[in-house]
Amino acid sequence: MTFFLQLVVTGLAQGMVYALIAIGFVIILKCSEVFNIAQGHFVLIGGYLGFTFLVTFGLPIWAALGMAIVTAVIMGLLIERLILRPLLGEPVLAVVMATIALSTILGGLATLLWGAEYKAYHGLLPTITLKIGEISIPSESLIGLIVSVICVGILMLLFRYTKIGLAMRATAEDLQVVQSVGIRATTVYAVSWIIASVVGVIGGILLGGVSGANMDLANIGLKAFAVVLLGGVNSVGGAIVAGIILGMLENVAAGYLDPLLPGGALAQVFPFFVMIIVLIFRPYGLFGLVRIERV
Amino acid sequence: MALGIGTFQENYAQDMSIFHSPLQWGSVLVFILFLFTCPLFFSDRILTILTMMGISVISVHGLNILTGYCGQISIGHAGFMAVGGYTSAVLCAKLGAPFWAALPCGALAAGIAGLIFGLPSLKIKGFYLIMATIAAHFIIIWTIIQLHSITGGADGLSVPRAKIGSISLSSKTNYFYMVMGLTCLATLVAKNIVRTKAGRAFIAIRDNDLAAEVMGVSLWSYKLQAFFIGCVYAGVAGSLLTHYYSFASTDQFPFMDSVWYLGMLIVGGMGSTTGAVLGAVALKLLDELVTIAGPILSAAVAPQAAASLALISHGLVIIIFLIFEPRGLHHRWEMIKAYFRLWPFSHEVSE
Repeated sequence: MTFFLQLVVTGLAQGMVYALIAIGFVIILKCSEVFNIAQGHFVLIGGYLGFTFLVTFGLPIWAALGMAIVTAVIMGLLIERLILRPLLGEPVLAVVMATIALSTILGGLATLLWGAEYKAYHGLLPTITLKIGEISIPSESLIGLIVSVICVGILMLLFRYTKIGLAMRATAEDLQVVQSVGIRATTVYAVSWIIASVVGVIGGILLGGVSGANMDLANIGLKAFAVVLLGGVNSVGGAIVAGIILGMLENVAAGYLDPLLPGGALAQVFPFFVMIIVLIFRPYGLFGLVRIERV
Repeated sequence: MALGIGTFQENYAQDMSIFHSPLQWGSVLVFILFLFTCPLFFSDRILTILTMMGISVISVHGLNILTGYCGQISIGHAGFMAVGGYTSAVLCAKLGAPFWAALPCGALAAGIAGLIFGLPSLKIKGFYLIMATIAAHFIIIWTIIQLHSITGGADGLSVPRAKIGSISLSSKTNYFYMVMGLTCLATLVAKNIVRTKAGRAFIAIRDNDLAAEVMGVSLWSYKLQAFFIGCVYAGVAGSLLTHYYSFASTDQFPFMDSVWYLGMLIVGGMGSTTGAVLGAVALKLLDELVTIAGPILSAAVAPQAAASLALISHGLVIIIFLIFEPRGLHHRWEMIKAYFRLWPFSHEVSE
């Protein structure tokens, strides 16, 4: 039983990380119908930015976070203006390929600037360890949970009470109506990219603070797509719930099945199995908008 | 399509022909002659590059039929290549099958894998299909590693040198001849597949699947056909790759290769056989350029510059093509031909 619970708790940690990445993805998707494959690379850049500001420049945590957010805003703006804006209205493949290419460019930049090395900056972030009975809750889990909750809270307030939030919700609803009442859709797109980039970078800093920054941070992004699909591509809440479900399922399945399989490493592909099953049986996910299209 | 001056089509056969004029026939023959005399004037290194280009061209032809013509986006092409590569490698290494028999078996196995992972395409499209094919790639590679007793798992599998009859293909020159022969054949077949009924059905599905279905094109059948054909091509390419190294390893089929194949298609121009060839050649040339420039840059800037140059240059090329030349090199080539058709007395540049 302890083994099972430990697996569940570790899964929760993993799941919150997935959810965090998924949120940024869902925001861009909702506003501009762009599938941002590079979301995991925002996390990667964030992890390394954290190293630069905290260790190389030796800034205190609040200043480092501020600097990282400023960098993220600039990055989001530049990406939207230079890559996505010219591709407005292009078919899905073109946009997806552009974001894949963007992810390789970001990966290349990270390699160039930080040498694709493992950069640790433990101890600079507050570590929290919690022990309930036999089960220890890793601080990744808690930090992931806290950051996700804060991010979602801020975003919900933004969507609910600000003018730009209203514009973003309206754009997600109907682009033509938005344009005809004089809301600038391009501003909405830019803001959605800024938000996604900031969320990704914050997640990266916190993850980097716990487990160090390395190139693997980007690979988490690929798995986060399973989360997005399971939760329904256009549901922020769904992304969080699905993240937790998937993280737990993955760990429990790996914990019990890995000893039975010769090569092990089921956790690596588990999200992809979930992805295929979801896509075949319930393409709109758990909480997604059901679009009926009979062809 | 604009014909050259003085070329007339007087009957149906002429209208349907791929090469319209003696000039075109001549240039094709000269090109093929040049291709097959390459080993006479080029070093082994250049032959290796050309062999790799040939394999990529075969693979991209498959992806072009699947994505460029039928509109079913696949980012799992390297996974299907792995199926073909491993099937033929296992047949040769474990069962002692001859190379000429293992190659089609590998192609068939990849085709069947394509059919299985093509099933979701009946229900989903666009981004969801992209996700399904990405999942396919990782599931295939994972399965290969799991089947340790058959495939050698993560350690890889040694494959005996390929042989056809008594001719050994172990030398670079002989292998080059075979790959080039297969590449020409694959190009011819690809060009003709898209001119058949199935090819027209693919285009109809790509352009508007609803309209195609209403007009009686069976989406179920033709989408799966496209997956099968596309993956058979991938299987051939994959098995050529493993036999070239006479070693099969999952490292030969990385996920990023699936992305680059799609990139080749974009650079070359989707939905055009010429484009598939041009794109594969162009991106492979870029690869070589990076291989040459990388060490120089590494020495000048920082040791990791070579690795980042490869990533950044490929990403940039794809983005630049998407933004400035979305129809690819093929379209540019057509524009150049149109410009020179009436040159130097052209009144207008016609499409």
